[in-house]
Amino acid sequence: MRVSVWKGVAEGSFREFDVPRQASQTVLDVVTYIQRSLDPTLAYRYACRVGMCGSCAMTVNGVPRWTCRTHVDKVVRNDALQVGPLKNLPVIRDLVTDMREFFDKWARAKGQFKGARTKHDDFQPVKPSSLERVQVDAAIECIGCGVCYAACDVVAWNPDYLGPAALNRAWTLVKDVRDEDKGERLRAVAGDAGCHSCHTHMSCTERCPKHLSPTAGIAGLKREVFKAVVKGEL
Amino acid sequence: MTSRTQTLLWVAQRTSAAVLAICVTLHLATIIYAVQGGLTAAEILARTRGNATWLAFYVLFVLAVAVHAPIGLRAIAIEWLGWRGRSRDVALALFAAVLAWTGMRAAIGVFA
Repeated sequence: MRVSVWKGVAEGSFREFDVPRQASQTVLDVVTYIQRSLDPTLAYRYACRVGMCGSCAMTVNGVPRWTCRTHVDKVVRNDALQVGPLKNLPVIRDLVTDMREFFDKWARAKGQFKGARTKHDDFQPVKPSSLERVQVDAAIECIGCGVCYAACDVVAWNPDYLGPAALNRAWTLVKDVRDEDKGERLRAVAGDAGCHSCHTHMSCTERCPKHLSPTAGIAGLKREVFKAVVKGEL
Repeated sequence: MTSRTQTLLWVAQRTSAAVLAICVTLHLATIIYAVQGGLTAAEILARTRGNATWLAFYVLFVLAVAVHAPIGLRAIAIEWLGWRGRSRDVALALFAAVLAWTGMRAAIGVFA
């Protein structure tokens, strides 16, 4: 199999390698083979290898994917693969992107939980069957891999846009009955940089490796922001 | 511009879109229905002159366009041109005024 891999920073080029095919081979296996056997200078990032940590996302044949759970069989075309860094993020080197802006936007979307209780108080139970909890059952499973951010057209066009992952995080907290920062969070996610800039292209939902729907969360945020405006809370 | 104002602009655009969906459909359906046997300007004016219902319809149509188009262009200005801030908003407010003025002239023109 011919594998072209991005080598360089913003300036660079794809370099071709011949990699033997294996049964149940993942794209991460391919990249690891190249680094260990063909080009030890290749920079890439991974940690858990089992789809939990969100470290290994890359662009595979033009599509952002988690490489540890992407089987070569499913993505290879004409016995060839192209592997590059995630789009919409600065490249540090080769396949490694700088995730700072991605996570800074989580902070800007008020992605931090702010509870009212202290360690001296009892736990505040959240009923699994409650509407608020059911609405974010899927969304809380985000692993922060950046695939949705790389797939998002609005992020590419408007660098201020918070992006699907940060807004998804905000949505989980807006629906968290224990959280005390709802008003500030809605203010943070409203407007040109926030949920109202989403064009509902649904690329994030299409590409999310966990099959979450940030689009649904963003639509939920639009509803919550609208309610807050009507009530004069925003 | 505050988050609240930006949210209200979004609400205005969605609301005007709903109005436009109805207005455009009715407008096109009327045209298709009316021109079946050929139609002249005189015939159009004969139907619209002094007809307050058509005037109200086209005033609503024009206002919805004047609200909807500039807000949509605002997003395009950010995403395609990187144009932000007060200069963009003033330019789009002027564009809204031009749309409303020319549209109203047309609506009143076929009524009066």
